[in-house]
Amino acid sequence: MSVITSLLDGTANAGGAIGAGLAAIGAGLGIGQIGKGAVESIARQPEAMNDIRANMILAAALVEGAALFGIIVGFLAMVLK
Amino acid sequence: MALRTVKLLLAAIFSLFIVVFSAPLLAQDSTHNNAPAEGQSTPAPKKSFDAAEVIFGHILDNHEYHFTEYHDSEGGIHHVSIPLPIILYSKQKGLTAFMSSRFEHGAAAYNGYKIEEEKIVALKEDGTADESIKVYDLSMTRNVIQMILALTLLTWLMISIANAYKKGLGVTSAPKGKQNLLEPVIIFVREEVAKPNLGNKAGKYLPYLLTTFFFILINNILGLIPGTANVSGNIAFTVVLGLISFVVILFSTNKHFWGHIFNPPGVPGFVKPILILVEFLGVFIKPFALIIRLFANMVAGHIIIICLISLIFIFGQMNAYAGWGTSPVAIGFTVFIYFIEVLVAFLQAFIFTNLTAVFIGSAFEGGSHADETLHI
Repeated sequence: MSVITSLLDGTANAGGAIGAGLAAIGAGLGIGQIGKGAVESIARQPEAMNDIRANMILAAALVEGAALFGIIVGFLAMVLK
Repeated sequence: MALRTVKLLLAAIFSLFIVVFSAPLLAQDSTHNNAPAEGQSTPAPKKSFDAAEVIFGHILDNHEYHFTEYHDSEGGIHHVSIPLPIILYSKQKGLTAFMSSRFEHGAAAYNGYKIEEEKIVALKEDGTADESIKVYDLSMTRNVIQMILALTLLTWLMISIANAYKKGLGVTSAPKGKQNLLEPVIIFVREEVAKPNLGNKAGKYLPYLLTTFFFILINNILGLIPGTANVSGNIAFTVVLGLISFVVILFSTNKHFWGHIFNPPGVPGFVKPILILVEFLGVFIKPFALIIRLFANMVAGHIIIICLISLIFIFGQMNAYAGWGTSPVAIGFTVFIYFIEVLVAFLQAFIFTNLTAVFIGSAFEGGSHADETLHI
């Protein structure tokens, strides 16, 4: 029994950390795809670069907001009892 | 060539500042040295370096501006900090105000109050904590002082620029001085954020959008300076900003907006209940996302910088040479992250303002779906 409890002792910390890491992976994938789309569109039409850049930054901030939700939840899992 | 050496020197001084000001050595506070004449028979035990305590000490609000502590030869602790006013109200004891230095960093009780881990509790006659008295802490903590500083800076900057424009500088002639600094930014907010999203009602909302943008920006940038308080990474600050945006959005809604929420057009019948629920929740979730986005971005940046510097001390505890060896790497990463944080400061202010403008714009648009039929 004590083995199990000692194994489970750090589970909240581990869960929080793994969750935050997965959220960061999600953010990386999402923003990478946004960047890919933006760079390809600029290659197709260089005159629209400013418009494309503004939209890229807006979309990246939205995706990053979602990822940070996950990171905050992971952090709360570690800190709360 | 001289410019290069100046830049290298600036980078070195900047790194030194970061190391000195953002990682205070912590020590046991219980043997605070009140009577140096006696001499200490037992030196203050040095706690091992607790990174979590350092991080939370920097992220959370404090009743003083705390810079560092150091030990003198007898093992007593000296704190380097700026005390701030503490204002307390409780029904039983009334309103009291005193400087936080009276608490002597947690070692002393004053006037029937004692501070425990940044929480002030009332004391009974014998000195134990009295849980029945509810103490309302209205102190001017370091976040309050820093916000007042940001407000003063912002008001002075904007009013002096507005007066310059009123005198005719920059209207018929080229802008001078501070006008050059802010005119592109203000025009950017007007042309790229307000006008595309709000159309011809941009003028009504522009004061609010500009105030939000510059207030968040100044608080973000002030929070990056080592030794200052973490204002925009504080959930209370972002909650209030999000609430104000939410109220502005609600006040701009028209009946088409609510019609689309409770009766989404072009949706098959069995999906409607789910979609109505989702749309209604979306009204609240969008400002909530604004709140969490700003809070999480700023606090994450601060935590990363503190963690990188704490790495030096964590390694230093294991082995002094490991600590010295980690220093260049950690400082290099920290400077790199600092640049990203400056970018994030501007970006988050822009994103908050932009999304608020988008939500306001989507609140009063609509009503012309009948005109959207295809005319061949």
